[in-house]
Amino acid sequence: MRIVVCIKQVPDSAEVRINPETNTLIRDGVPTIINPYDLHALEAGLQIRETAGGKVTVLTMGPPQAETALREAIAMGADEAVLLTDRAFAGSDTWATAYTLAKAVEHIGADVILCGKQAIDGDTAQVGPEMAEFLDMPHISYIRKIVDVAADKLIVQRLMDDGYDVVESSLPLLLTVVKELNVPRLPSLKGKMAAKKAEIRKMSAADLKADEKNLGLNGSPTQVKNIFAPEAKTDRTMLEGTPDEKVDTLLKELVRLKCI
Amino acid sequence: MYIKVKSELCTGCEACVASCPYDAIVIKGAKAEITELCQLCRACMSVCPEGAISEYREASDEKETAQGRGVWVFAEQREGRIAGVSLELLGAGRGLAEKLGTEVSAVLFGGTDHDAKELVRWGADKVFHCDDPGFQAFNDEPYAALLSKLITEQKPEIVLTGATPIGRSFFPRVAAKLRAGLTADCTSLEIDPETKNLLQVRPAFGGNIMATIFCPHARPQMATVRPRVMKRGTYDEARIGEIIKVSAKGIASRTKVVETVKEVSELAINLQDANIIVAGGRGMGNEKGFQLLHDLAEVLGASVAASRGAVDEGWIPYRHQIGQTGKTVSPKLYIACGISGAVQHLVGMQSSDVIIAINKNPDAPIFNVATYGIVGDANEIVLMLTKKIKDLKG
Repeated sequence: MRIVVCIKQVPDSAEVRINPETNTLIRDGVPTIINPYDLHALEAGLQIRETAGGKVTVLTMGPPQAETALREAIAMGADEAVLLTDRAFAGSDTWATAYTLAKAVEHIGADVILCGKQAIDGDTAQVGPEMAEFLDMPHISYIRKIVDVAADKLIVQRLMDDGYDVVESSLPLLLTVVKELNVPRLPSLKGKMAAKKAEIRKMSAADLKADEKNLGLNGSPTQVKNIFAPEAKTDRTMLEGTPDEKVDTLLKELVRLKCI
Repeated sequence: MYIKVKSELCTGCEACVASCPYDAIVIKGAKAEITELCQLCRACMSVCPEGAISEYREASDEKETAQGRGVWVFAEQREGRIAGVSLELLGAGRGLAEKLGTEVSAVLFGGTDHDAKELVRWGADKVFHCDDPGFQAFNDEPYAALLSKLITEQKPEIVLTGATPIGRSFFPRVAAKLRAGLTADCTSLEIDPETKNLLQVRPAFGGNIMATIFCPHARPQMATVRPRVMKRGTYDEARIGEIIKVSAKGIASRTKVVETVKEVSELAINLQDANIIVAGGRGMGNEKGFQLLHDLAEVLGASVAASRGAVDEGWIPYRHQIGQTGKTVSPKLYIACGISGAVQHLVGMQSSDVIIAINKNPDAPIFNVATYGIVGDANEIVLMLTKKIKDLKG
């Protein structure tokens, strides 16, 4: 089984803030991590390899620094890693990112592609399903359990708002996974040694034979107009006085609003 | 497009170097220089005190804007029930359509003729309805194939759906196929009065930051919208609309839903239907402090909810969590006690009718969305409020 796991290196989002004066992101000193959902995708890939045999390739697109994330994935047990890095990929939205990753998968070859349900920096959950469309393969999102793996088909549980669906699909297939699926393993000592020595395969736009008009900012239908911190409500009332007076005023308002 | 430093204006102050999240700016010969690591995020442009950093457009950036007309809402049905968010989007879609001088259409896959008529009563001028039995259960591929086909034929300018497990899963396939821009989890939609582009506001970075996204050229402009952030339109039993039957001939699926299992706790429903919610955060101090909220909720007949902080502390189970990674609610009254109000919490509750915020920090962002704010010790205020309500009720 050829298994490809897509990962993304992201800033630890709990620590990202906006500078109110310049309206820009403050990411100074914010550590980068493998997107947490992708660790569950990787774990699922490793488990499929353990039962069905085959090879796990981790794939990412990003600046050269993203190599660190790939080495971490090898330490966890991935067999090989591919880094898509090129100036031409800069400014990609989800469409251009999915196109680029799909091009890489055409070179690598895949029976099962696994992605985290979304990345914690963008939260869009779009790249996985978009890749499946570019590769003309089915996909199933929000997988919480892999019920059965056969040579030509997979049965999974898909998490929904009101419960779950049991869904069956032919291969090749792309899955996006949620945290409930598994507990990601920690890197082993052997894995860490392998990660140090591993050769990371780097691919550029030219290596992918990608259509330039589909890459980077140029290939992105969406653009960011601006970023901002949320606005203040204009009609708010701050209640004044001693705590006792504040509560009395509040009580009057609650009665007026017919909440009591 | 590329970003460049005008070296004659650069003073070498290094403000841009610190602002760059990608380490893509270096100082060479006392001047800043942007390297090939640049991801075009523009963070440096606004921090430069000299205004020496600008973006430059290239010939390849110039594209023609595709044409389109009409606002579409994908009406999601699951086991014969139309999702609430679809009705909210018909309301929001009407507002957008009026600004564009166009009409609102709904797209319904599965469901009945009655459902199609209901969509008209909730605001649709037209309903494209496919009642093929294969479309009753949700499968990504056929849903994406049929919606793409309809969009290609009819050319709407805006296509919306709820940010639900269904909408978030198959809309990306449609966007990929049509080369359309898609914005996920929007919390607000506006029409730019000049360009008529759809301005889509969404939280990013786990909700710490809001971003406005637009699609300058590609059409349709597609978005998934979070449930319960838009208000439903008015239901009009007498409204007349056109219902157009759509055939799914020739559309196949390689996935198949074998079984559907319901697993919803009573509480999840109660929370989203509650008229009054009393919510607490880390500011309640400890489990005992958090317990005071249950007492307040009891006298008010309210449900208890929490911010992620309180859930992480283990004071209340995850299913009570409100926000980006929890539930979205819009009760008549939301009382936020000891919650600082990170954006990821705000997106889950800011459409509540009346919001009362109690926090000891006068600069807490929760006050930005509050109707009434009280600066003070949340434990003390909650205790006092509970007692006074009890007294009032006798």
